[in-house]
Amino acid sequence: MQVIIILIEILILFAIVMLHVAYATYFERKIIGHMQVRLGPMRVGWHGLLQPIADGIKSFFKEDVVPEQADVFTFRAAPIICLVAMMTSLAVLPFAKGWVLADINIGLLFIFAMSSLSSYGVILAGWASNSKFTFLGGLRSMAQVISYEIAMGLSLVGVMMMSGTLNLTKIVEAQGASFSGMYVFPQIIAFFVFCVAMLAETNRVPFDLPEAETELVSGYCTEYSGMRYAIFFMAEYIGMMVMASIGTICFLGGWSGPFEVALFPPFWFVAKVYVFMFFFIWIRATLPRYRYDQLMEVGWKLLIPLALGNIVLTGFIKAFTG
Amino acid sequence: MVAQNIPQEYLAIFILIIFGILFGVITLYVGRFFRISRPYHEKLIAYESGNEPTEAPRMRFSIKFYLIAILFVVFDVESIYLYPWAVVYDRLGLFALVEMMIFIFLLLVGYVYAWKKEVLQWEK
Repeated sequence: MQVIIILIEILILFAIVMLHVAYATYFERKIIGHMQVRLGPMRVGWHGLLQPIADGIKSFFKEDVVPEQADVFTFRAAPIICLVAMMTSLAVLPFAKGWVLADINIGLLFIFAMSSLSSYGVILAGWASNSKFTFLGGLRSMAQVISYEIAMGLSLVGVMMMSGTLNLTKIVEAQGASFSGMYVFPQIIAFFVFCVAMLAETNRVPFDLPEAETELVSGYCTEYSGMRYAIFFMAEYIGMMVMASIGTICFLGGWSGPFEVALFPPFWFVAKVYVFMFFFIWIRATLPRYRYDQLMEVGWKLLIPLALGNIVLTGFIKAFTG
Repeated sequence: MVAQNIPQEYLAIFILIIFGILFGVITLYVGRFFRISRPYHEKLIAYESGNEPTEAPRMRFSIKFYLIAILFVVFDVESIYLYPWAVVYDRLGLFALVEMMIFIFLLLVGYVYAWKKEVLQWEK
């Protein structure tokens, strides 16, 4: 019985997330279009509103090319590993009080674990395709993701110190009870580190080196086509949403807002996640891509010392002000 | 049967993992009956800007990636040690702070060493 209830919850969550993934791509194209004084998609439906649906159907019917030299099993498994790892993170996110699939006490750690697992999908895809572009893309992606994962992990230690828990629901509640109501003010350094690391972790511009199309064609997914490519794409967008949710939960106070919205408790949570998503897209329209050596230097020489300094600072402030 | 052996909160995660795998596998399997498939040799060779691939793609690559991986292990273990400390920080007081400062300082020595050895610098 309980399994059936969970299954229904998962289906609802999955449907909502997939809808968001589809329309995140639409808004991305639309917003970037308008920022570049174009119109973006206009043909399918009113102002292109049906474009993501059309894209989905199209990729479903596209030929699935598996290269001759590829390691077939790994090649087929890689996108699914990516998708599953990203989707599983959704289980521990609290969308509103009590609106969470699995309220585990190590929520934040679980999300780190899952986002590390998804980089396996990327490197396996790069290796299994057996092409030079995918191989280099996979390697770069791996090095980038693990470098920025440290910065991200360390930046959230400050939040853990202030809230005293790893459970995401309790982090939001501790924030509501704190002096400023949001950790973004006392943890402003951590928030900065988190925002930069978030862009790198999700392989977004300006850190989209793994799929730098001017040099690596399409990075690790060069050899993928049709539905398999679409699954990588979904995983990337779900990853963006998970990162946006983590930012919302740990720094912006989760579902709490200036006033309660009746009938729809996650209102503020969703609004804040949309702000983050807009930030992702805005950055993409604004900044050029980093060079690879610059990317590694920012990660190792700037973000990690900043995050460590933030931990020390938070520790001292907490120890002497109580 | 399986459900009874898993802690209650993790059941949803377990089901979600299975659901995710099934979603991926079923979508790709069902799609097989709808999509076209006309493979031929030229289409199936690895992409290399339209040329025949010249040498084996699993080539030698920069040692830097290996060094970064080693450094990652060190720092990741550090952050794993920091998590439990951070969670119970309120209850431990000044002593824990000093202890952790010593721990972070020791790591910083290694970090500075790596920096001076130009491990963190991609190009010289």
